[in-house]
Amino acid sequence: MSELSLERGLNALRAEIDAPVAAFFSSCVHCGLCATACPFCTETGDPKYTPILKLEPLRLVWESEFTLWGRIKSSLGLTRKVDDKMLEEWEELLYDSCSMCGRCSVVCPVGNDLQYMIRKTREGMVASGHAPAGLIEASARSIRTGSPMGLQWKTLAVQIKHVQGSTGIEVPVDKAGVDYLVLLSSMEVINFPEYLEAITKIFDHAGVTWTLSTDCFEATNAGIQIGSKDIAAELVERVVSAAVKLKVKNVISPECGHAYTAIRWEGPNLIGRSYPFRVFHIIEVLDELRASGRLQTEGKENDRLSMHDPCNLARKSGCIQQQRNLMDLVASDFVDLKEHGVYQWCCGAGGGVSSNERAEPLKLAAFKRKKAQIEEVQPERMVTMCATCRTQLEEGLEAFNMDIPVVGLTEMIADHLVDKGPAKG
Amino acid sequence: MSDPMGFLLWVKGPAFNFALAVFALGMLARLVEIFILGRKTNYAEAKGGEWGPGFKTMLTRTVADPGTFARAPFNVVVGWIWHIGFITALLLFIPHIELFRGVLGIAWPGLPNPVVDAVTAITILALVATLVHRTQHPVKKHISTPEDYLVWTVTFLPVLTGYLAYHRLVNPYPLILGLHILSVNLFLVVFPFTKLTHVFTAFIARWYNGAIFGRKGVQS
Ligand code: SF4
Ligand code: SF4
Repeated sequence: MSELSLERGLNALRAEIDAPVAAFFSSCVHCGLCATACPFCTETGDPKYTPILKLEPLRLVWESEFTLWGRIKSSLGLTRKVDDKMLEEWEELLYDSCSMCGRCSVVCPVGNDLQYMIRKTREGMVASGHAPAGLIEASARSIRTGSPMGLQWKTLAVQIKHVQGSTGIEVPVDKAGVDYLVLLSSMEVINFPEYLEAITKIFDHAGVTWTLSTDCFEATNAGIQIGSKDIAAELVERVVSAAVKLKVKNVISPECGHAYTAIRWEGPNLIGRSYPFRVFHIIEVLDELRASGRLQTEGKENDRLSMHDPCNLARKSGCIQQQRNLMDLVASDFVDLKEHGVYQWCCGAGGGVSSNERAEPLKLAAFKRKKAQIEEVQPERMVTMCATCRTQLEEGLEAFNMDIPVVGLTEMIADHLVDKGPAKG
Repeated sequence: MSDPMGFLLWVKGPAFNFALAVFALGMLARLVEIFILGRKTNYAEAKGGEWGPGFKTMLTRTVADPGTFARAPFNVVVGWIWHIGFITALLLFIPHIELFRGVLGIAWPGLPNPVVDAVTAITILALVATLVHRTQHPVKKHISTPEDYLVWTVTFLPVLTGYLAYHRLVNPYPLILGLHILSVNLFLVVFPFTKLTHVFTAFIARWYNGAIFGRKGVQS
């Protein structure tokens, strides 16, 4: 990163202001409803976390520089100036207390997409040197090693060996011309090695051709979480060049919410061009396989299951029905949380909150909303499809002494595959 | 101008024309300021359209989702009541319609005066309730700025003075009618420079919201 300064930060904010931002700020009526939508507000009860207030630096720049009336007001000294002191104060509001879950964006009565603006405001925070240390470190590690956790291919190689040993199926690496390039998240590799085994089995079962790439296996994008286009674009380029090199038709984002929105929605805009391949979340791929009859399952889970929709997947990417179709395939007693899909509640860990150690207490506080939702339907286990959500659910439930295991949907599907027998191999 | 009749003629003549001009030009400038910024090209493969979901959200966001309604029933219900009341009094009171006929050349059927009267009384109560709520509710109190109170005042005054004028509660009549029109002038002048712009921009904001989500295959 080049020299960080207030001026660079302000320039970054200026560069982010577009017609939607202007329409949003022109429309806020200070009704406060966004506070009822945000788990960081509802669970702490602290009005300073009201979503629209988190955007004050961006709003001030917009008002004082992009409106005639605002320019007059600020030349008369009637507008607060955005300075380092202010940005320092806002760091907690823009990072620690916001998981960029987008729930406020679907609740605001005038239609303000607040999450869209939080993402933009973070650009100014990074450029001015006001991003949390935890996220700066994760970004630096991503650039240096390819993984926000510093995970190296050799660790993954060991895991691949294990998977091959336990399944007897080859895990394809650097295979050119296959249908899918599979990306993973470091968090998943470390915490949930079951995932790799699960997709290996499923793809073998369904006859899907796929590969991992030694050039790039990491799907997550710390650049997006911290809010730096430069870092984010570089990480996206790595995926693109790996996919291009292997000439794959599709790229699969793993059970990780933000990785998917990063590569699916932001990626092409970060690099300024469309991809020569398509991008899917693993759940979309699995549901596609289900719909085309390529997933043959047997038996069902009999305990009471409920599901946590990752914000990035459901509200922010419209993948809502797919995971329910898949649940129907393998669960006999599935009950949805009351507010789910577009109106689901965040687990509290997204948007970089989990990489920001300082935010730990807020992260746990925000989880109380999820906890209350889970208590309402009393499942025996929770199912989800994002490693960050899953870790947060596990840690949160544990912190509140709730004995509810959390499983990944992909694994659950893999557990129910019909043994296709040796003949078809 | 010291006599009530002179005052009335002034507020409904030159002052009203001035206010209308500030309102129209100011609002035009605000809209230009928004649209001129445009949007960057989006290279991500779309999952859904923008126009349909955009227009849909322009309408659907008028109604709170059930969860939000349950968490903030007062906000939602009282907000609805006074918005509907205000619009009813503004657009369906027969003397107002006559005024629109004069200015715009078009007219529409109105509501009987006693109905508008009752609606206005309810609107006054609802507006007072929103003010109390703003000063008491922890979040609203915290996020409120002087502008919020200014906007409340310029919104409340036309309704109140209209009610007083209709019931002839202030004498002489030209004075209260003049004050009513003056408060409307004030409303119009303040309009483009405050959150009152949401009357127009909220529909633009909702369209963008619906379009941004719609493109990703989500109906927001
Ligand atoms: S819900 Fe929307 S209009 Fe209301 S305070 Fe929040 S951003 Fe403003
Ligand atoms: S995006 Fe989510 S966490 Fe952030 S302010 Fe909005 S509701 Fe709160």
